[in-house]
Amino acid sequence: MDFGFSQEQELLRSTARKFLENECTSGFVRARMEEPAGVTDEFWAKLAEQGWLGLIYPEEHGGSGLGFVDLTVLMEEMGRVVMPGPFFSTLLLGGLAIREAGSAAQKKEWLTRIAAGQAKATLAWTEPSARWDAAGVTCTAKEEKGSFVVNGTKLFVPDAHLADAIVVVARTSEGKAEDGVSLLLVPKETRGVQVKLLPTMDQTRKLCEVSFQNATVPADALMGVKGKAWPTLTRVVERATVALCAEMCGGAQRVLDMTTDYAKIRIAFGKPIGTYQGVKHKAADMLVDVENAKSLTYYAAWAVDENSPEAPLAASMAKAYVTDAYRKVAGAGIQLHGGIGFTWEHDLHLYFKRAKSSEFTFGDATYHRERVAQLINL
Amino acid sequence: MDLSLTPDQEAFRATVRSWLKTNMPREWKPTGSSEIPRAGQYEFLRRWQRTLFDSGYIGLTWPKEYGGGGLTFMEELILQQEMALAKAPPILNVLGVGMGGPTIIAWGSEEQKKRYPAKILSCEEIWCQGYSEPNSGSDLASLQTRAVKDGEHWVINGQKVWTSFAHVADYMMLLARTDPSVPKHKGITYFLLDMKLPGVTVKPLRQITGEAEFNEVFFDNVRVHESQVLGGVNNGWAVGLTTLMYERLTLGFGLQMRLRIALEGLLDLAKGMEKSGRVVTKDPVMRQKLAQLWIDTECLKYTGARAITKLLRGEMPGPEASTGKMAWVDTHQRLQEIAMEIEGPYSQLVKGSDWAVEGGVWPHSFLRSRANSIEGGTTEIQKNIIAERLLGLPKD
Repeated sequence: MDFGFSQEQELLRSTARKFLENECTSGFVRARMEEPAGVTDEFWAKLAEQGWLGLIYPEEHGGSGLGFVDLTVLMEEMGRVVMPGPFFSTLLLGGLAIREAGSAAQKKEWLTRIAAGQAKATLAWTEPSARWDAAGVTCTAKEEKGSFVVNGTKLFVPDAHLADAIVVVARTSEGKAEDGVSLLLVPKETRGVQVKLLPTMDQTRKLCEVSFQNATVPADALMGVKGKAWPTLTRVVERATVALCAEMCGGAQRVLDMTTDYAKIRIAFGKPIGTYQGVKHKAADMLVDVENAKSLTYYAAWAVDENSPEAPLAASMAKAYVTDAYRKVAGAGIQLHGGIGFTWEHDLHLYFKRAKSSEFTFGDATYHRERVAQLINL
Repeated sequence: MDLSLTPDQEAFRATVRSWLKTNMPREWKPTGSSEIPRAGQYEFLRRWQRTLFDSGYIGLTWPKEYGGGGLTFMEELILQQEMALAKAPPILNVLGVGMGGPTIIAWGSEEQKKRYPAKILSCEEIWCQGYSEPNSGSDLASLQTRAVKDGEHWVINGQKVWTSFAHVADYMMLLARTDPSVPKHKGITYFLLDMKLPGVTVKPLRQITGEAEFNEVFFDNVRVHESQVLGGVNNGWAVGLTTLMYERLTLGFGLQMRLRIALEGLLDLAKGMEKSGRVVTKDPVMRQKLAQLWIDTECLKYTGARAITKLLRGEMPGPEASTGKMAWVDTHQRLQEIAMEIEGPYSQLVKGSDWAVEGGVWPHSFLRSRANSIEGGTTEIQKNIIAERLLGLPKD
């Protein structure tokens, strides 16, 4: 047993930290918040150059062939700087769905281009009902004359306005909730696809409404077996959830670091506020939350890499815990900073908002605790 | 990162598992609720620990020449996991095994190391810990029990309190002040005290559960030979801190194991009780609470695995090694509160009532759990330590 990172992984961490501290400064993040794109071509090209856009894709498709434990290190560092842009949606939603369910031709076409920084992708799953279960999929894809005709509305779709390929979760047949769910790879320029960027509380995350009005794609847009995509989708989302947890851990750690640094220099009643137990104890609670969040996330990343039967449970345990932890830590960070923490000027609100948007991505803590209850046969 | 075991470790696991299958005492009924040995169980638990010792399933990480197994923390972890799965009884000499022995091995003279650790493991000699005093709890270094040199002996006067097992203990890890003229941390010495020496008086203290599990200990001109000093005169603070570090690490494994057993017991309790006409585990709110307990209990395991990895790699334990006690306290106290919630009005009925659930074990363990956030360093002190030593926040 060795429940720690390897030297190569530590090297990836220090490379990523250095790169992101230089390239993804607070100024950069704030500039991206103000624009629809959330990323610059230059920055995206640099991510590709680092090999990060294909980190978990097979080498034959231009990727690095690494696993989720490796990815955890990178996600922590990206969370640390609240990195904006379509990295997550491209690598872990659209791209990962293609890796898991795509045909050989789809993988060849899209994964190679994604890894090279030439294409972006996303996953259009949730709808206005905001349900995470299969019954929430009401968007339809009817098979007609060798094509699929897609109709319906998807909501909370990350970065669809930037994506070249949208993996759409649609119902190809009625029946039991989980039967009849299919994945279709829909190029953005397809007629009848309309993307509307939505104003969001967390401006570092861009969300869209995507509506399909008789959007027609050829039969080979189908990914995997028709009507049998639900388990694949679950697998993709579980993996994306673990990566999201890692990103959240990195953000939470950064809030703790900022807060302890501040508590050492901010003077009140003639002493640094970190001298007072009211501050110390809150900081210690934050540390416990952060460390526990990491333990569960690392375990989940390992379980996913191993294809362990415990992976679904591990992912839900992590998301339930990390969600609460990041929210609490980000809130406590603002509290311990006092008024300055409440300003637009200070970076804390970026983390606070990221904690909140992450909370409601792939199910909140309550949702995942119930999933844990089911998985342990309660 | 690899959580899987080597073939040797798998083989060790299989051996432990089959040993437990054959050797689990028939008379042991795990209640799931109680993590602390109760007075009525002492003789049984003494025999159980002896059985473990005779088969080499205790003190795995201690050197062989001092009675241990000469193995790594990995085998210790596997052993603890198997004990949890089998719902094995706890060990009685928990303070000796968790703290006394490792501290003697770390600081003792060859003679001391040959004399004490093996008998701690076999439970031939039970140890208690003489740290807290009526006026020195969290501020331990302010302790006032005095030791004055007289020839080859030290003469001890003073009082300790909250001393678990003192009424059955053969030896005490005693901290006493040997030099009052220097700053408080620098004038303390660590003694290995024979509890049978003249002048040692033990008075049981009845606690919140109604039982007397801990004691007051009085020293009236107790003469301790100088050979019983551990780690040098006036070096007791450093020696005592070693004890506390071991307490955190090794007791940590044991605590996680007992917590897992308690959790299984709690889930069984929940599956067998109804609330408002439906089984407790079907209630959406209770499902949330039970799932959270499961997550928190599992989390302790993985945090422990991170700490052990550092040890196995020969690195210094990081922040993850220090959070265990706090996280355990929070989870265990919450678990006990939830047990009361599951039982509802039945939680009011204790041993002696035919209506009491599972013989009233849960109300007892619930009351006992109140001490968790006080014993072994209060939660407030743990938070100070984390804030000052790990986060580097300034001391007062």
